Amino acid sequence: MNILDVQDVSKSFGENTALQNVSLSISKGEIFGLLGPNGAGKSTLIRIITQIIKADNGEILIKGEKLKPEHIEVIGYLPEERGLYKKMKVGDQLMYLARLKGLDKSEAFEKIKYWIKKFEIEEWWNKKIEDLSKGMQQKVQFISTVVHDPDILILDEPFSGFDPINANLIRDEILQLRDQGCSIIFSTHRMESVEELCDHIALINNAKKILDGPKFEIKEAHKKHSYRVEYKGDDLALAAPYAISSNATLQNTNKETVIIDQSKGDPNELIKLLAQKVEIHSFSEIIPSMNDIFISKVQEVNHG
Amino acid sequence: MDKIWLILQREYLTRVKKKSFIIMTILTPVLFGAMIFFVAWFSTKKGDKKVIEVLDDSGYFEKKLKSNEEVNFVYIGGDLEKAKADFEAHGSFGLLYIPKIDIDKPDGLKLYSGQNPSFDLVNMIKGQVSEEIRQLRIADLDIDETMLDKLNVDVNLKTLNMTETGEKESNAGVNFGIGYIASFLIYIFIFLYGAQVMRGVIEEKSSRIVEVIISSVKPFQLMMGKVLGVAAVGLTQFVIWVILMSAVSASASTFTGINELKDNPAVTRGADVDFDQMENNEEIAGIFRAIENIPIAQIISLFIFYFLGGYLVYASLFAMVGSAVDSEADSQQFMLPITIPLLLAIFSLGPVLSDPNSQLAFWLSMIPFTSPVVMMGRIAYGVPGWEIALSMLLLIGGFILTTWVAARVYRVGILIHGTKVNYKVLVKWFFQN
Repeated sequence: MNILDVQDVSKSFGENTALQNVSLSISKGEIFGLLGPNGAGKSTLIRIITQIIKADNGEILIKGEKLKPEHIEVIGYLPEERGLYKKMKVGDQLMYLARLKGLDKSEAFEKIKYWIKKFEIEEWWNKKIEDLSKGMQQKVQFISTVVHDPDILILDEPFSGFDPINANLIRDEILQLRDQGCSIIFSTHRMESVEELCDHIALINNAKKILDGPKFEIKEAHKKHSYRVEYKGDDLALAAPYAISSNATLQNTNKETVIIDQSKGDPNELIKLLAQKVEIHSFSEIIPSMNDIFISKVQEVNHG
Repeated sequence: MDKIWLILQREYLTRVKKKSFIIMTILTPVLFGAMIFFVAWFSTKKGDKKVIEVLDDSGYFEKKLKSNEEVNFVYIGGDLEKAKADFEAHGSFGLLYIPKIDIDKPDGLKLYSGQNPSFDLVNMIKGQVSEEIRQLRIADLDIDETMLDKLNVDVNLKTLNMTETGEKESNAGVNFGIGYIASFLIYIFIFLYGAQVMRGVIEEKSSRIVEVIISSVKPFQLMMGKVLGVAAVGLTQFVIWVILMSAVSASASTFTGINELKDNPAVTRGADVDFDQMENNEEIAGIFRAIENIPIAQIISLFIFYFLGGYLVYASLFAMVGSAVDSEADSQQFMLPITIPLLLAIFSLGPVLSDPNSQLAFWLSMIPFTSPVVMMGRIAYGVPGWEIALSMLLLIGGFILTTWVAARVYRVGILIHGTKVNYKVLVKWFFQN
């Protein structure tokens, strides 16, 4: 069973359509990348899931149940626009936010103890937020998001405000949470982290979902059957269905050529052909990056 | 509901624990008490004795002007010009010149002085001179003084309110005072604590914590928690003030000896009990009896109701304004509609208190936006029970209405940053699904 189902959800603000018949499914223990340009409707969708706003149409199901107020206790949400009460002490703040998520006093205290120990910030308990650095504040913010052991974690640009060391720390936490069975919705513009973390991806543009599926399938579907070959020998000349898209000479005097197989055939056939002509030093298929897919998909929709 | 309680607790505790709260709460009654103390002290303290030289060309006033604690009259002779030139060199405060006068038409008296003489001093001199001239005229007309005394009429008009329990002594002045103070306190409380709500909302918005919070609670819960938390802060402050002020004023009244007067009007501090002072004391004692006759418990409970009610009607509107803007500076444009009814209520207090049963007074004490201020002003005069009940009901209705309207705007506004907001936008937010 899916942990979260978004079924045919639409939302508009006056004249503006923010979401149009969007459907998604997220299963237990996966990292789901919710991608899209600014203003595409990602934040609106997230706000509907977190019950901040209501959908005009459509249904949200959590573990098969229609969205209801109690569900906020199974969701942890780290908004892009985030902050803390600046004058409050770290401990008080975390206690308050944990209790708003429905934990009782002793439970909240235990969980917070666990997390601040893990992040080695125990000595900050009585420090005011405004006295902490930006990175430290982000750690506290992250703890406040996960303190109630949510089944669904929604992270909107989670790495902004972190230095590379702390970003790694948070990334490891995210992966660990996933391994413990937490489903994570991950919204970001940083494609390298999508590449690295996400199992499943949905792309939203202009209020509509334009792409949805497991990351590897999407990559498979978008590959162009192009191969990079490094070799010694004369310049290659190939007949159809092969086409040469670029040629270069490397520093070690080897040549590098990118070949596109327009027939989308077996790469072994190409290797056989090449082996007859030149001395092959390396052969690899070019898999498009998520960044390339993102850009080409969005442009295709906007121009087509 | 328990989430509202959590929010309420946070709002309350963070404010009450603040140093500024503790300082303000203690300092306000101390300052107030100190003010009363100094006024009392200065009014009992005698100023330096002033010497006034008297140059009497008329010959009527020789040794007639009586020196007292404040003024010492010194008679001099000689030439006016010389006296004018000299009196300051003698260290005298002033020079009173009495020319040859006709007692039927006393003209040309002059008081020369280096500094401006006080109003009291001028009155005192005028009084003494007039009295002396009156005596001269009485003698001139050959009138018997005892007959004259019999013509003096002095009526002390007691006002008595007919109530179920019998007649009670009342005092228009006391009623006016209580009405004015109660109204003004409510007016100030609404602005003071309303602004705190607004600032709290702006803080949550600008620190960007609001989206974190409302993924856990409904915007309405957040708003109500804040509004109620600040109300609790206000009540706490009020209760502390009442305790502190009654302590301070108890000690202040011991100092000025008002309690003695109340218990026994005939006792005065000085040995020479004269008739004027006796009357004065009778008046003060009357004021105290009137205060005792005011239903204090009723007034205090109504005050707390109208204080809370008035605050609640406006607090959510303040929260709404806070949700619509990004900084306090931007809030000005939306403050006007909140300020106007409150100002109207305060400005109408004069006419209302001078005629507490007028149409104006009635209607303003029914409309929830003005009723807390205006009804509190009227209460000491006695207001029919049904009017109070109706006004309270309407106030509760007003609270529900403004909270509902404000909450609809608030829930949208808190998530919107950096947009130029005007009244049209607020209306749009209100209708947004």
